[in-house]
Amino acid sequence: MNARPIAFLGARLVDPETGYDGPGALVISEGRIGEVTRAGTFADLSDDIRRVDAAGALLTPGLIDLRVKTGEPGSEPKETLKSAARAAAAGGVTSIVVQPDTDPVIDDPAVADFILRRARDIGLVHVYPAGAATKGLEGQGMAEIGLLREAGCVYVTDVDRPIVDSRVMRRLLAYAASLGVLVAHRPADPWLTTEASATESEFSGRLGLAAEPVAAETIMLERDIALAELTGAPLMVDQISAAAPLESLARAKAKGLPILATASINHLSFNELDIGDYRTFCKLTPPLRDEDDRLALIDAVASGLVDIVVSAHAPAPPEEKRLPFDEAAPGSVGLETLLPALLTLHHEGRVPLARLIRAVTLAPALAVGLPAGRLTVGAPADLVLCDLTAPRLIDAATLISKSKNSAFDGRRLQGEVLMTLVDGRVVWER
Amino acid sequence: MVTIAPGIDEVRARTFPFPRRHFLSAADLDPVQVGELLDLADGFAALNRQMTKKVDLLKGRTVITLFFEASTRTQSSFELAGKRLGADVINMSPRASSISKGETLVDTAVTLNAMQPDILVVRHGSSGAASLLSQKVSCSVINAGDGQHEHPSQALLDALSMRRAFGRVDGLTVAICGDVLHSRVARSNVTLLNLLGARVRVVGPPTLMPADVARWGVEVHHDLKSGIAGADVVMMLRLQLERMQGAFVPSMREYFRLWGLDREKLARAAPRARVMHPGPMNRGVEIDSDVADDLTISLIQDQVEMGVAVRMAILTSLAARLDNR
Repeated sequence: MNARPIAFLGARLVDPETGYDGPGALVISEGRIGEVTRAGTFADLSDDIRRVDAAGALLTPGLIDLRVKTGEPGSEPKETLKSAARAAAAGGVTSIVVQPDTDPVIDDPAVADFILRRARDIGLVHVYPAGAATKGLEGQGMAEIGLLREAGCVYVTDVDRPIVDSRVMRRLLAYAASLGVLVAHRPADPWLTTEASATESEFSGRLGLAAEPVAAETIMLERDIALAELTGAPLMVDQISAAAPLESLARAKAKGLPILATASINHLSFNELDIGDYRTFCKLTPPLRDEDDRLALIDAVASGLVDIVVSAHAPAPPEEKRLPFDEAAPGSVGLETLLPALLTLHHEGRVPLARLIRAVTLAPALAVGLPAGRLTVGAPADLVLCDLTAPRLIDAATLISKSKNSAFDGRRLQGEVLMTLVDGRVVWER
Repeated sequence: MVTIAPGIDEVRARTFPFPRRHFLSAADLDPVQVGELLDLADGFAALNRQMTKKVDLLKGRTVITLFFEASTRTQSSFELAGKRLGADVINMSPRASSISKGETLVDTAVTLNAMQPDILVVRHGSSGAASLLSQKVSCSVINAGDGQHEHPSQALLDALSMRRAFGRVDGLTVAICGDVLHSRVARSNVTLLNLLGARVRVVGPPTLMPADVARWGVEVHHDLKSGIAGADVVMMLRLQLERMQGAFVPSMREYFRLWGLDREKLARAAPRARVMHPGPMNRGVEIDSDVADDLTISLIQDQVEMGVAVRMAILTSLAARLDNR
């Protein structure tokens, strides 16, 4: 399928590789980026090229989202690979990494293979599986990390379940590192987080919710850092969420340890007060923190301390959300709101645009070794064109995801995706 | 032909339409509304002491009590309140085990709502359950206890008991003692008592205190003796037995020694201090029988009596609001 070449003229280019943020034009041919110029247009452009007047619009690499849950295989009523791929395309996300907590778990190469075949059949955006770090996500024996890598898994993780046994974690880090596989781990002390559905605070205390202290995250992160130092292995800290663990992260990075960290767009956009009158769409893992933590997290993205931003897309149908807060499933869908929510942070003047774009393009591409995420000649033509300023009122009912549990429901965001291209093909156009 | 209680006209004159459709939280109330509710409840308390207790204020109305957690006094108190007001009352106690608890909650509520009740009285083990339910039904919802969040009718009956014993609530020093962390009674009382101008203390071991409780507008004491010193009211909370086996406090006997109320410790409170307990009591754990059963000290029986009166006032006010719809 060879798409007609396209030229974007008069756009605002943000190239995370060079840090360039300015006017430019770009031509796509044969599914790759053919030419890039910092002028508004090209001198000689052949007539059979489709011209897109992108005047004033933002053109960046398509987003790479390292943390996406679907319900396939196992709970398709929540979300299928197809509905997730469509939601991603509409949100300007051109690569998604699906989490292994499916049913069956992606701890077997055959399941990874199934997902890759389904993704090929759907053919919208790039879909990569993440493999389980331990068999059955049970935190005991290591999964077949080498075989999972061969089957196409781009990193390994036990998703929301902390690997409690330090000996398992140590061996996992050392073993995976020898194969060049990145381990992601969400730091949470399981005893301090038992049954918790909110962050311990005056607010959650008044609501009468079982709560966990931020120290639960700090304690486990300090252990993980110590093990990373012991083994010399790289580690990706999954969804760091508060000021205290950020201090631990900063110390580890200052030592030169090969540690990366992600933050979810939810924790950059909301604080614990957004739970309000028990809004279960704002019940997340980790739970929303206080405003000082949110601001510290934004500063950490701005400074590069936090490398990567993820949507933490976690579909949950009404029967899992229309429950008392303690009983509701955690998580929010996020593929379609990731880019507008990031742009909103930019409009609030908190993070330079190029830094935000890097955190969802080049940084995740480098972390897991994908060729996309840059505006270099010869790179895959995975691109997103968006209106940087268009106001948008999020109405969860209109989202493409099968599940409508968006924490952003009713939120005003700024920025709208105009066109999404994957390998030079338009997969979504407004 | 039902005989209507004499004195009803006086009560009728005090009824007022409640400004909200639901009665969910002490935080939703303002001092004027609380005063009106307590005045109305005072009238019902007088009626309840007559031989003929029946009035017709809720005639034709249907009240359903839906209790997902076991309760004797609150459910029977609401039932009696509804019946004395002339409403049809049915009690439901769905077994929490049938399916997943949450499905039972919303599904059951929506089903019951289709039977056109006027008021649904709900108790559930999860915080926020009453609020969730109020968003899914068209009738009025009364929160009779949601998890560790609120139990607002209990706070009102406590306020009424205090007002009748002391003539006022404003300016009283009230020490709430024991398991504040898990107590919805404590949360509703802290809010309501602050609203009414009382000085509130919370007293208990740090393992049974919520995070940042000092920011609730209370004095925090980790020592019972200093905590009840000079207090006009000592309100003891129930400590569930499973929390006394090492997780929150080391043992029952240590708890009683340090945090249980007996006559000796009570001597540190104000001279005519009164003792309250939301029930059911663990005698010999948080309170000594000697104190609990001394009617010159204990307001515990008054609390139960005022419970019916206060719930009659809440039902009447919500129903008056329905009239205006």
